[in-house]
Parts: sequence; structure tokens; C-alpha cells
Amino acid sequence: MAFYIARRLLATIPVLFVLSVIVFLIIYLIPGDPAAVMLGDGASPETIETLREQMGLNLPLLPQYGRWIGHALQGDLGDSFFMRQPVRTALAEHLGPTLSLAVLAELVAIVIALPLGIRAASRRGELADKTLTGFSLFGITVPGFVLSMFTVLLFSVQLKWLPVSGYKPLSDGLWMHLKYLILPALSLGIVQASLLARVTRSSMLDVLNESFVKTALAKGVGERGIVYRHALRNALLPILTVIGGSFGTLIAGAAVIESIFNIPGMGQLLVNSVQRRDYAVIQGVVLFVAFAYVLVNLVVDLLYAIVDPRIRLK
Amino acid sequence: MPLLDTNTPAAFDSDDARLRLKRENRKLFARRFVANKSAVIGSALIALIAVVSLFAPWISGRDPYGLDVVNRLKPPSSAFPFGTDNFGRDLLTRVVYGTRMSAEVGFAVAFASSLIGLVIGLYAGYIKWLDQILMRVMDGLFAFPAVLLAIAMMAALGPSVGNLIVCLTIVFVPSIARIVRSSALVSKEQTYIEAMHALGASRNRIIWKHIMPGALSPLIVQGSFVFAEAIIVEAALSFLGAGIPAPTPSLGNLLSDGKLFIYNSSWMTIFPGLALVLVVLAMNLFGDGLRDLLDPHARRAGKKR
Repeated sequence: MAFYIARRLLATIPVLFVLSVIVFLIIYLIPGDPAAVMLGDGASPETIETLREQMGLNLPLLPQYGRWIGHALQGDLGDSFFMRQPVRTALAEHLGPTLSLAVLAELVAIVIALPLGIRAASRRGELADKTLTGFSLFGITVPGFVLSMFTVLLFSVQLKWLPVSGYKPLSDGLWMHLKYLILPALSLGIVQASLLARVTRSSMLDVLNESFVKTALAKGVGERGIVYRHALRNALLPILTVIGGSFGTLIAGAAVIESIFNIPGMGQLLVNSVQRRDYAVIQGVVLFVAFAYVLVNLVVDLLYAIVDPRIRLK
Repeated sequence: MPLLDTNTPAAFDSDDARLRLKRENRKLFARRFVANKSAVIGSALIALIAVVSLFAPWISGRDPYGLDVVNRLKPPSSAFPFGTDNFGRDLLTRVVYGTRMSAEVGFAVAFASSLIGLVIGLYAGYIKWLDQILMRVMDGLFAFPAVLLAIAMMAALGPSVGNLIVCLTIVFVPSIARIVRSSALVSKEQTYIEAMHALGASRNRIIWKHIMPGALSPLIVQGSFVFAEAIIVEAALSFLGAGIPAPTPSLGNLLSDGKLFIYNSSWMTIFPGLALVLVVLAMNLFGDGLRDLLDPHARRAGKKR
């Protein structure tokens, strides 16, 4: 077990390293002097020089990366040039809405996908199976942000059931909080559900074809017992992988959705920073989300090895 | 379709027999193509989109940038089938040009990332020490959610069509490289490669003449999915103001305009949204159909029937 954990941890380090180098190099894609671009026209050479000094742009590339990643690993992602506050603080302020949205969207996805996928696998070729085929094509075809604009047109503009945009924190009451998050979570969750439903179906089918299912059937276990007690338990691992791995996608998807619904999350922070050319924040958000994504996947993998000994012995 | 011949491990008595087999195969492929609903509908839609894109200037006869202040925010009518936007520009014209833009960006990204991904995947799959380096970089790139990495790079490069194509290509190369690499890893272990090696064929000859053909089918299928995905990410970036700069009609820009007038001018959201869905649907159906057709397992099953 310890060996498995060590091996898995070691395999993660190069990915995180490459990832951080890519984020670091983003600054170098800026045509011209990053400091001058950030300050805009009319900045004096002295101010530009001070900013260059602050950003460490005068150092050679390697020490520059060393300084940057050293600070980042200690939680110091630099300062926002526009908001005049540490990037870390800005991230912390915008994390809540995004997490709320991602968790809610994941719940929507699970509630739709699991029953549909299970049903489709146990009754192949019937209504649920056909629905799933259509639904999964729908999910990869209709982008989340288009779906959300259509739902706004229907539920907010036409039917006036839900607010068009905005965000209320949980402290304003659960219903208030949910009322503003339902539409964005629904659009994000439905797209996610189509992927999850497909994985659920194929994972269930794999297990249902195994001989222990036949044995259970021969012993006279009912369909319900086979599907839920025997098959689902064994089919859960791939399903959980997709759920764990989807948080990164959800947070990225949230970036677009948040700006439609005017939700003050990390996505909106990122988009606003792009318009303000606030590169420290852009790097901070991207680094944070990508690190979180890799680490969540790592944790999910490690959890399996605890749950299912077959994996760590492979 | 020469693609189908590459996996046939048969010795041929004469060129004549080879030709006959080729013709047979081609006929078989055509029959299976017509029988595949996804492939047929997908390619029909793609043909439609291609025609619309090529003949964009003649479809409505209007200028996509032509302002007409009197006819601002007009709902769909016989004069303006899709209505007009907040500057009085004809929405049908702009949707047609936007679709063309999406198709162009999608094609450029699919083509460039397929080419680069092919080279990286082949060499990583065949040469062990290169594999370590190249695939680490690919894994790192792959760990980013696509939209996020693209936004960050676009923020630095600045919005333009060229920059967008470069960024999206970087984002999608890893998915192609991975697929080509896994195909190359399988081919590499085959006896015929060992034989080529023993005969003294050079490394590049083995890679390009003997390993590459086997990777083509999965590459084409993945390429068509990258096409669809690139169109979605392009629209999302333009929607956020980090893609194609504003007056240029692109489906993302049109949707972003639509958002501002969503209360009273729903047509500004509905038509560009539907156009985007149609383009992505076409590519996905086509890709699905192609996968069924080019997958050797599905092929054998088809022959039995």
C-alpha cells in the first residue's frame, strides 16, 4: 500500500512541474515588455522599471521561475496589480460561489445520470437506453453556456420563475442561495450528466456480463437485488473516477457560466482579469484550478486503492 | 479508401488481385457508409454548412457590418428572417458569416493539431527516451481544463483570429498525440516492424511508412471530435471577449451581444445558439459515424452480415 501511494505521488510531481512551467511561461507570450503592457500607455520609464523589478522580470529565466514557484508553494501568488490586494485573498473571496455552483451542478448530474445509466444497462435497447443515447449526444453537442442562455430565455424571461442573474450567498438563506444558482447549476449539470450517464451504463454493463451475476441469477436473486446489491457496488469505481475528475471541468465550465449569470466566482475573476490585463491573477487562478484538479484526481485514485485492493496490487 | 487496406495482412499473387481487392473494399466501405445513419446525416449537415460558408456573400446579399439605425432590434420578419441586432445589422447575414468563421477556426485547429499531434505521437511512441520528455509535457498540458488554458494564453497574446488558432491548437495537440502514441506503441511490437528493422530500414522510414498508416484511422476520428470541441471553445472564448475581436461576426460574439438584449430581443440569442448547436452536431455525428466505420471490430461485424 505504502509502495502504491509513493509511486502515485512520484508520478504526480512531473505533471505538476510541467503544469507550473506552462503557467509561468504565459507571461512570455505577451508581445513586448509585460510590465509596459500592464501599465498601459503613458507610464513613465521609472514606474515600468519598478514594476519589472517587483515582478522579477530582470532576473534570468531560471531564477525567475525558481522565485515564482517558491513563493507560490508557500501560498504567495503575488499581488493583483488592479485590485491592489494579494492574489491569494482575491482567490479566497471568489472561491465560495464557484464551489457552490460546482457542487450543485455535480448533484444535478448524479441525480440524472445514475438512475438513467443503471436503467439503460439493465434494460438494454429499451426506452431508457434510447433516451441515454440521445441524451449523451445532446450533452456533447449543446455547449453549457448556450444551454444556460436558452434556459434563461425560458425560465426567467418567458415564465419569470427564476431571476435572470445575480448571486446571493448562503448566509441570505438556503432558498435565496439556491434560487439564484438553480439555472446555472442545471445547465452545467446536464452537460456533465450526459458524460456520467454513459460511463455508468458501460460500467454497469461490464459487471452485468460477469459470471458472478449469472451465479446470483441462478440462485434466484431478483433483478433489483442483482442490479443494486451486486452490480452497482462493483460498477461504482469508474463512476466515482468520473465524478472526482469532473470537478476541474466543472470549475472551468463555471468560468463561462458565471459571467452569464453574473456570479462573483473564480470564473468571473478570471474573465475580469483578462480584460484588466491583470496577469498575476490570471496565473494564480489557472495555477490554482489546475493544481486542484490534479490533486483531486490523485486523492480519488488513492481512495480507490484503499477501497479496492485489486488496484494497488496491479 | 486506402486506409482500410493497411491492416489487411495478406500476400497478393499479382497486381491484378490487389486491385480487385481494393475495389471490393471500396465498394464495401461505400455500402457501410450509406448504411450508417450518423455518418450520412453528419456529412449531409457538413455539406450544408460548407455550401453556406462558401456562398456566404450571396445568401442574403447584405453586408454583415452594414449599420441600419432605423431598423434596430427588429424581430424576425420577411425582410429580416432572423431579425436585426442593436445596430440594425441583419442577423441572418451575421449568423451565416459567424458559422463560416466557426468552421474556418475549427478546421484550422483540427488540421494543425492533428499534424503536430501526429508527429509528436509517432516519435514518442517509437523512441523511448523521447517518450519520457514529450509525454510529460503533453500530460502537463492535458491537466488543464481546455477553456482555462486557452483563456490564459489569449489574455497574454491578445484577441485575434490567428492567436486563437495558435492557442486552441496548443490546447488540443495532447489529445491527438496520446491517441497516435498508443497506436504507435501497439504497431511497434508487431513482427512486421521487427522484420523491417532486421532488413535495415531506417528509423524514419519505419515510422512514416509502416507505423503511421495504422495511426491514421484513430487520428481522423479524434480530429473530427477536436473540430467540434474547438468550435465550442472558440465560441466560449469569443463570448467572454477573449477570442475573436468584436465587430467580426463569430457565433460567440453574436451570443455575447444577445446576452445584453436577452430581455426583449430573444432572436439575438436563439439563432446564433441554434447555429452553433447545428455545427457542433454535424461534426459529432460525422465523428461518431466515422468511428463506427473505421473501427476494425465494427468492420468485421459488418462483413459477417
